[in-house]
Amino acid sequence: MSSPQVALLPDGRRLHLQHGPIDLVIEAFGTREEVGAAYRQARDRFQTVLSELMAELPELRRLVPADWSPEGVIAARMVRAVRPHTEEFVTPMAAVAGSVADEVMSTMVQGRNIAKAYINNSGDIAVYLTPGETLRLGIVSELFNPTAGGTADIAFEQPVRGIATSGWQGRSLSFGIADAVTVLAKSAAAADVAATLIANAVNADHPTIDRMPASSLDDDTDLGDRLVTVAVGDLDMTTINAALDAGAIVAQRIETAGNIVAAALFLRGEKRVVGVTSVAAFVTGA
Amino acid sequence: MSEDKNDAKNDGVITCDACPVLCRIREGKTGACSRYGNVEGMLTRTDPLVVTQQISNENGDLVPFLPDAKDGKQLEWDGSLNFQSPSFVTGIGATTTYPDYKPAPFIVSSEHHGADMVTVVSEGVFSYCGVKVKIDTDRYIGPEAAPVRVKGEQVGHVTTAEYGSQMLALGGVHHLTGGSKKEGNATCQAMLALCNKHAVEMTIDGGATLTVEAGKPPVIDGNIEERMRVGCGSATIGMFALQWHGHADEVIVVDDHITGVLSEHQSGKFLDMPPAGIRVRGRRSTAGRYFQVADPGAGWGGTDITEPLSIIESIDPKTAWSGMRLLMVSTTGEDHAYFVLDDDLKPVAVEMPAELAVSVDRIAENCEPALSTVLFMGGAGGSLRAGVTVNPVLLTRSVRELRTRVTCGGAPVYVWPGGGITVMVDVLRMPDNSFGYVPTPALVAPIEFSMPRDEFVALGGYEDHIKPLADVLREGGLHGVQPLAWEGNNPWPLAERRALEDV
Repeated sequence: MSSPQVALLPDGRRLHLQHGPIDLVIEAFGTREEVGAAYRQARDRFQTVLSELMAELPELRRLVPADWSPEGVIAARMVRAVRPHTEEFVTPMAAVAGSVADEVMSTMVQGRNIAKAYINNSGDIAVYLTPGETLRLGIVSELFNPTAGGTADIAFEQPVRGIATSGWQGRSLSFGIADAVTVLAKSAAAADVAATLIANAVNADHPTIDRMPASSLDDDTDLGDRLVTVAVGDLDMTTINAALDAGAIVAQRIETAGNIVAAALFLRGEKRVVGVTSVAAFVTGA
Repeated sequence: MSEDKNDAKNDGVITCDACPVLCRIREGKTGACSRYGNVEGMLTRTDPLVVTQQISNENGDLVPFLPDAKDGKQLEWDGSLNFQSPSFVTGIGATTTYPDYKPAPFIVSSEHHGADMVTVVSEGVFSYCGVKVKIDTDRYIGPEAAPVRVKGEQVGHVTTAEYGSQMLALGGVHHLTGGSKKEGNATCQAMLALCNKHAVEMTIDGGATLTVEAGKPPVIDGNIEERMRVGCGSATIGMFALQWHGHADEVIVVDDHITGVLSEHQSGKFLDMPPAGIRVRGRRSTAGRYFQVADPGAGWGGTDITEPLSIIESIDPKTAWSGMRLLMVSTTGEDHAYFVLDDDLKPVAVEMPAELAVSVDRIAENCEPALSTVLFMGGAGGSLRAGVTVNPVLLTRSVRELRTRVTCGGAPVYVWPGGGITVMVDVLRMPDNSFGYVPTPALVAPIEFSMPRDEFVALGGYEDHIKPLADVLREGGLHGVQPLAWEGNNPWPLAERRALEDV
């Protein structure tokens, strides 16, 4: 059985922590001594992350009973992130990537003099900022053309501390057909869940969309036999707009409830942005 | 990681124990990390560095390191890395180094028959590349220069035909990056599929629908082309006239292009054959050669003829004679009929004599299986060369002057004369799934440069980045090392170059 892999990337700046499906790219900004100490704290915290999750995995793959309190701190983050979304079918697994990023981040910066940092867990990102600091984010709208899209500048004054992107072609199974839904939220865990839910909602019926039961694709899925998207052919504008509108409604509901700061939805070159007042200040070119 | 646990099948599902998640992986799927997958019931690393090994020596025996089975039978190679076997590190899975002025991902030193060799290994990103397709057929598939489309987007065109073949020129930087994004993606994905030995359906404007798959018979307008015809009717007569002489008084070779009539043909004249008086339909071209006798179809030898006598317009009573022996055969040799004229000069079907059967079978034997051939053609860009040496043009000269050998995935390539390092390689000689792509779009292909160590140093190579082969085998690439058996037909890249023809 493999053990957690710890390495500095060839650029000498970023830390790579990998264990099983968890793949973290971490960068902290500060003096060499402080960054080195922070990376060691991240490394040490990382050693047991996967085994902590494994201990409660069966429960985390199910809908959360209202009274359940998990043992693990990461599991607790996951449950907290999905609790507000009682009207949807979503298990804590939708928050796992963001929760891991949040947890490692909180341990990494503790007691350290770090100006800013990010932890990128395969596209689910936790952000740390101190007064006066800004982090620039690149937003990818199309898997096949990742240089397109826009940028977002996240400043300390803004409430954003987590970013997540979801789409049917990504790692996780999706009910929807979005190319990408990028969410800015107060934590990576919250962004993670919301991106999943909004991407699920970017949906429409169309003959070129192929769907299959999740269980036929992944024996261990938390989605059971629910239909997930496996292929999307050419779509007409009416369908594209209908799908995006459906997703935007869900995004707006979540934003109004205060669970996200902003969301950008992308489908075949078209987009919707929700949380416009916050986002307009710092999204360019998207 | 124990082999037994992972091979334990349950509805084709295997359990991966690489990490605590213990994913159960179905056939054809990967685990949650995407680093391990279920390939035909075996737990397999995805995207590993591919190392090809000479598992069999020249006589086809396993190299001595592997123990023989007790009963003396040859062992099957179990696919494990064999540190004793001569090994060649291919570029597959090597990744690239960016910015390009950095040394290539792997610069491997090894010994071959006492000579110190260096192989520089990389995955090249090719925006300037294409695919040349040879389709073994005489069928008309479309006019020269006609656009070839995949999913409606133009990906190339029909180029000048060759012997027994139609040729397509696909890909190229203009379709990849000069047109719309849709066109670029369609071109990239089509080339990727062809190079990875998959089937691609394409249409030709004003022409046919084709399914092309390297090494497989082409499918043209729904018909599988099984055989290359040995030639048209006239060519067949030219080849086999002597073998028919004395056993038949007339031979008609049926073809949808040119139908040949032996006694009228030059071949028949040379053999002093008397005229037979059988007039075939169609338009006479030159002596014994007729156009428009038959059309393409599902009948005899790819024509629409099912009843051979139907192509005979008339038999001249003043020339033909009772007892005249008539052989009719298709250009594939698969369809044939033998007749003897009765007293009313009507052809009566009888069993073909053995001597004629030999020649008919020989026609069939000379008809090779029709195949589609895919050659990847690409130029090693200046930046890729910078991964080898501080002075890229020295590498180009070394290749041109035959001191450095270029391979793709270990397969021999043809290096075009002229400037640059532009290579052509038969994709069937490369390991499966050697090609990838990046979203530019551009194709990613393995490329290796092998040369003596002295030569590597002399052309400005990055000497301190040389790593011994044993270390590379141990550490592998980002995702491990995947051993593959050497493709027997491919020359060993580390062997000395002997001649210009020694590709």
